[in-house]
Amino acid sequence: MAAPDLASTVAVGRTRPTFATAAGRLAPFVVTVLSIAAGLAVWELVSRSGLLSEDDLPAMTTTFNELWSMMHTREFWVAFGETVRGWALGLGIATALAVPIGILLGSSDFANRAFRVPVEFLRPIPSAALIPLLFLTLGTTLKSEVFLATFGAFWPLLVQTIYGVRDVDPVALDTARSFGVGRFERLYRIKLPSAIPYIATGLRISSAVSLILAFTAELFMGTGGLGQIMNVAESFGLTVQVYAIALATGFLGLAIYVLFSAFERWALRWHPSQRVTAK
Amino acid sequence: MNRRTYNAAAIAAEIAVPVAILVAWQAWTVQAQDPKFPRLSTILVEFREMWLFSQFELHVVPSLTRIGAGFGIALALGILLGIPLGLSRWGRIIAMPHIEWWRAMPPPALLPISVVLLHSIENRQKIAFIAFFCLFPILLNTIDGVRGIDPTLIETARSYGMRGFERTRRIVFPAALPQIFAGMRTSLSLAVIMMVLTEYFSSTSGVGYVLLISKNTLQLAPMWAAIVLIGVLGYVLNLLLILVERRVLAWHRGWRAATAQ
Repeated sequence: MAAPDLASTVAVGRTRPTFATAAGRLAPFVVTVLSIAAGLAVWELVSRSGLLSEDDLPAMTTTFNELWSMMHTREFWVAFGETVRGWALGLGIATALAVPIGILLGSSDFANRAFRVPVEFLRPIPSAALIPLLFLTLGTTLKSEVFLATFGAFWPLLVQTIYGVRDVDPVALDTARSFGVGRFERLYRIKLPSAIPYIATGLRISSAVSLILAFTAELFMGTGGLGQIMNVAESFGLTVQVYAIALATGFLGLAIYVLFSAFERWALRWHPSQRVTAK
Repeated sequence: MNRRTYNAAAIAAEIAVPVAILVAWQAWTVQAQDPKFPRLSTILVEFREMWLFSQFELHVVPSLTRIGAGFGIALALGILLGIPLGLSRWGRIIAMPHIEWWRAMPPPALLPISVVLLHSIENRQKIAFIAFFCLFPILLNTIDGVRGIDPTLIETARSYGMRGFERTRRIVFPAALPQIFAGMRTSLSLAVIMMVLTEYFSSTSGVGYVLLISKNTLQLAPMWAAIVLIGVLGYVLNLLLILVERRVLAWHRGWRAATAQ
């Protein structure tokens, strides 16, 4: 444990980076790339060797080829756009509702206690249970999809916002009060900035939830989007297409995750937890 | 307003607000006369008739079995994989791209694939699906928990001559446990959602299946009773885990500080 630490301190002390330190920095990156390549190769081999039948698991190259040719069709991009639209509307509406309500409930001890039971009871309700109800009331419309995505994305954001507002430094708040800073300005200048890291974490969780539920609505209710074209491909037994759509959905999920965790890191940059891990 | 009257008012509000919501629901459904929104009282009567306990064994037991088995597998795998990954930097460099990919994958996108790949719509597919997606929160939290251990703790154990396995069992695992529980809470609520999704997609039994059949046959009261049951399941399972956590982590300083407040 101690030896490599010493070595790196010595290396940092030198004026010019040596070949060894450059290689040391490059190695993790190379290994990451090799690991991904190995994963893809295993997929290809498992399918080609017949370990799993190609009907059940199309080879990696077959699937990527299918995705590539799908990307040249209009239908694919329309469906892709519809899924992104459902996701964005769900997340946007959930944010617009959850952040103000969270600030309200978090700022007032009384309000927080009054609404604790309903929040604690509604929060763990799996939004998937609402699918049949939405199917019968709003039908296979964008409204159903957005409602489901909003409902799912609302709770993590609400809870994070409440935590964030309650976690505000009481000394900062009291100092502001004794300097005669008004109620609104205290909210805007002290409570909101201190809640932002929590809200960023809530946004990262909710952005994933919103995509899951937008896709679920499309798969189960037939609202337009990637889920719906996957359902169609599945019912025609087009396994390769099902895999290609899953791949596209995975890339969309990954892009959203990378984007929102970058935002979270940015919002948390001044926070002690980041300084500790940055050592 | 002094402290006591304030507390009394807060407790009154804590009881009054949920009651007011339920009364408003009942009043609205009575006034609306909409077959899609049966009266709350009708739903509760239906709930009692279905779930307490005539169909309990037929549909609730299979669902709970799937949640239990899937969650259990995820827990075992998450800890067994998470501890070595938490201890090994190169292990993480190799495994993280794969973990990051699957944790970002929206679960319903793999529903049709799980049926094709496992040739099953029975317990095998359901449990595998639940276990797969419950794995990631537990795995990632175990890795983080192990990484966050104070190095002095491990060095001390080493200098006392504690061997690898002994050190993992007595130092690393307990120290990571609070964070593992945080992962378990996320995973358990995920397990309920995955249960509903897999059963609603394709199955012959379970609460999700009841949801699907009552929707298809337009039996609104049983459908609402199933929705309420899923809500109750999610709530009760979460509560049970919190109770277990409180017992298991009674020694933990963070818990003591949190409960002392």
